[in-house]
Parts: sequence; structure tokens; C-alpha cells
Amino acid sequence: MAKQIQVSGLDAYYGAHKAIADISMTIEPRSVTAFIGPSGCGKSTFLRTLNRMHEVIPGARVEGKVMLDSDDLYGPGVDPVSVRRTIGMVFQRPNPFPTMSIYENVAAGLRLNGRISKSKTDEVVEQSLRGANLWNEVKDRLNKPGAGLSGGQQQRLCIARCIAVKPQVLLMDEPCSALDPISTLAIEDLITELKDEFTIVIVTHNMQQAARVSDRTAFFNLAAQGQPGRLVEMDETSAMFTNPSEKATEDYITGRFG
Amino acid sequence: MSIQTLSTGRRAKDLTVRCLVYLAFAVAVIPLVSVIYLVIKNGMARFDFDFLYRSMKNIGPRDAGGGAYHAILGTLQQVGLASLMSVPIGILTAIYLVEYGGKGRLANAIRFFVDVMTGIPSVVAGLFILAFWVLFLDLNYSGFAGALALSVLMMPTVVRSAEEMLKLVPDDLREASYALGVPKWRTIVKVVLPTALTGIVTGVMLAVARVTGETAPLLLTVFFTDSINANPFTNAQMGLPLFVFDQAGRPNDTAIDRAWAGALTLILIVMLLNLVARLIAYWRSPARGR
Repeated sequence: MAKQIQVSGLDAYYGAHKAIADISMTIEPRSVTAFIGPSGCGKSTFLRTLNRMHEVIPGARVEGKVMLDSDDLYGPGVDPVSVRRTIGMVFQRPNPFPTMSIYENVAAGLRLNGRISKSKTDEVVEQSLRGANLWNEVKDRLNKPGAGLSGGQQQRLCIARCIAVKPQVLLMDEPCSALDPISTLAIEDLITELKDEFTIVIVTHNMQQAARVSDRTAFFNLAAQGQPGRLVEMDETSAMFTNPSEKATEDYITGRFG
Repeated sequence: MSIQTLSTGRRAKDLTVRCLVYLAFAVAVIPLVSVIYLVIKNGMARFDFDFLYRSMKNIGPRDAGGGAYHAILGTLQQVGLASLMSVPIGILTAIYLVEYGGKGRLANAIRFFVDVMTGIPSVVAGLFILAFWVLFLDLNYSGFAGALALSVLMMPTVVRSAEEMLKLVPDDLREASYALGVPKWRTIVKVVLPTALTGIVTGVMLAVARVTGETAPLLLTVFFTDSINANPFTNAQMGLPLFVFDQAGRPNDTAIDRAWAGALTLILIVMLLNLVARLIAYWRSPARGR
């Protein structure tokens, strides 16, 4: 299921503005990779280039190479829609479809992508909700609207919706920043469980969270406002938090930043 | 700084503004209530079975009786046909403007012309169809010609309201759908349109209500008739606004009564359509909890 991502020499632009420059890294399968760094340093932008969501914004474009195992995601003729089916994404704010019930939300990815039998859908919905640790809380009200759940439940619903299409990689853009500590813990536990099956990349502003859930950590920074963001260093999380090789990383992690 | 009690000056200002707001509300409601009251009071005299099921055929100028069946039928057909033409085109245009056109030159040109169309006086729409359909193409007066004129009036309203509603759909939802690997067109059909449905329905109903009462364009395109013509594609038809206009211009009380009853029917039809549309939107809305 899980695949490795290899990025080399990647630049991303918003119109004429270069948002990130020359990023190269390897993201290992069946592990959690955390992106940390100050606001505006391009972590989210970089994350969005990994499943070709960056180019959804008018004027945005990408240069460089992203390989998913042996497939070039930006190769000629590659359909961005199929890339996004393979690499799922969970957003900062929970965004369940407001017109759909809990059941329909989870089934959305399957149903919107083609015909599928009722029994198969039932199975996938239960499996995904169990996978997202939400089944026990919602199994009696699958037909209620998804927007009626609490923030933390909504975010787990979005994760269930995402894993229902069986992607190889899960990208998470600050998935806990809008949640309370208990929901955050629930999601972190979930991430730890999911990494047996998926390659997971998570953007976070929470240092402790990066330390708790990730196996490897990448630190991004920008030289000055208006400059493109760059990858400063990337290493095993334990090494990054105890003995970083760059001064900037140490300053950021210990809070002596700027 | 200490906490103070509400000063008399602020209390007075609050009271003044409050009174002004209630007054403005009352002023706005007075004409509405008085129109409804008058139409119901005067319309009830002839709002009976005969009125709804009979036409004006063989009813002499001074005769009592007669009805508006031919006009009701005509209005329903004309407005129905106009909606069939302008609602799909209007919604598709709005989808293009919001989802594909963006700030491009073509999109801006369309927006400009839609705005211009919104300001067209209804007589001009009627004259346009008269000139194009009846004089240039040499086709006959018909309910369909009237429907064409009405759809010219409806389309800009539909485009504008649908565009505003589609713009209100948060980009989060589009992105969530793209991230699931759903193609753009499916995202629009299955996520964006259902989310905006209630608003679009309201906009369409406003457009329908507006054209249902139009008289001038019908005058020029469907002409007049006193008998039932169930085929909107050939020969003159009648419409309720035309019926009211015609009857109200006649110099005897039986006709004036019929005009009032016609106005009452018109209001009821618009209200009924509104109610049905709201029910549809309500059944489809997620807030109900299913």
C-alpha cells in the first residue's frame, strides 16, 4: 500500500512570486514525516505540490521532480486527478460536505468516482470509520449530517473520507490546529495507527506534536520576508530535537527564534 | 477606568433609532398589506369555479360570468416554457463565470452584458422578439414567442443570483473534493451545486415571480384571445396579466370584478410556485437531519 516519495530540485510559484526553492528530500513509506517551520515558510505549499493540489490555485505552478516510487507525478500526460486519488489530503479546517450525511461523506470519494454496489460501500464506510476511530461514536447516526459533529469528530470524518479511497500516501496540513487537546490526542493516536498502512506527511506548528508522532522531521525556513522558503535540514525526529546540526533548527525548536 | 451606568444620552439615541427602524418597517409593510387586502377583498367576488374553469368565449361586453381559464393556462405555459429555456442557460452561465471564467476577459464581458440585460425595460424585450420572431422570421404570434420574450427578461436575474450563490460555496469544499480525486465537473455537479441549491432555487423563484406579472412583452408577442388555445406554438394565446389589463379597461362592473379576480389568481399562482420551490429546497437541505 504505502509508497516512497522522492522530491528533487522542486520550486513552486504563485504567479511571479517564488514561494519555495530547490527542495529535495525522500519521504519513507510506512512512517510519519513532520514538516515544521515558521508561518509563511512554504510548508503547506510544499505539501500541496506533493499531490498536485498546488496548481488548483490560479497562476500557481511547479518546477522540479516528484517521484512516487517509479512514477513521475509531474511527468507529461499525467492526470492530476489520478495523482490525487493516490495521494490523499486532510486539511487544516475540517471540511465535511455540508449537503451530505456522515455515511455519504465517507462514501463520497467512492461514489463520485464511479459506480459501486451498496454492500461494498457499506463495508468500506464501516472499515474507514473504524480506521478513523469514529465508528463507535457515529454508528447509530450515519444518516445525520456530517456538519453536525464536533470539530474533532469532523476532522476524523475527513480522515475517514480520505482513507476510504485507499490512497498510498496521506498528507495532513495542520490537522489539529483547530481542535481541542483531547481531539488532538485522538488524531495523534490515529496517525500512529495509520502509519502501518500509509506513508504519512504532517505539517504542524506544534513542536511537541512533531516530537510525539513523527519518525522523521524536516525543518523549513526562509532567509527573509519575500524570499522563497527552503528546506534547512531533515533527520530522524529524535536527532532533530536533541542534537540538530543547524543552528537555525536549534533556535526554532527551543523557541529562541528571530 | 471605572464601570459606568448607561448615560441618558445613549438611552435617548437608542430609543430614537429603535423607533426609526420600526417606523421604516411599518412604512414598508403598509403598501404590501393594503395591496393584498384590496386584491383579496375585490377579487373574492368573482373568484369561483366558473372563473377558474371557463374562458371568455361568447361572453358579451356587458355579460356577467366568464372566466380566466384560457389566461391561466396561457400564463402557466408561457412562464413554464420561459423557465425551461432560461433556467438551464442561466445556471450554466453562472457555473462558467464562477468555476471556469474567473477574472478572464470573456467572463468579464459576459458579466457586463448580463448587467446590461438586467436593466432592459420589459417592453424592449417584447419589441425585440416582435421584430425578430414575428417580423423578421415571419412567424405567428404565439405563447412561445411570449415565452422567448420572458426568458430574455429572466435570464440575467437567474445568472446573477446563481453566480452569487455559487461564489458563496467555500473553496474548502472544492479542494476537499479535488483531494479525493474527483474531477472538476463532478465536483461541480455533486458538491458545489447541491451546496448552493437552496439559494439558486430562491433566485430562480424571484425571476419566475418577476416575469409572471409582465404585461408589456406579452402584449407584443402573444396578442389577445378570448378562447382557449392549449397549444403555445401556434396562434394567439392569453396570459393572466393581459387578462387583467384587458378586463380592467372595460367600462362595466362585471369586467372590473373579473380583473380583480385575475389579479388575485396571479398572486396565488406566484405564491404557490414559491411554496413548492421552498418545499423542494427544504426536502433537499441537509439541516433537516434526514
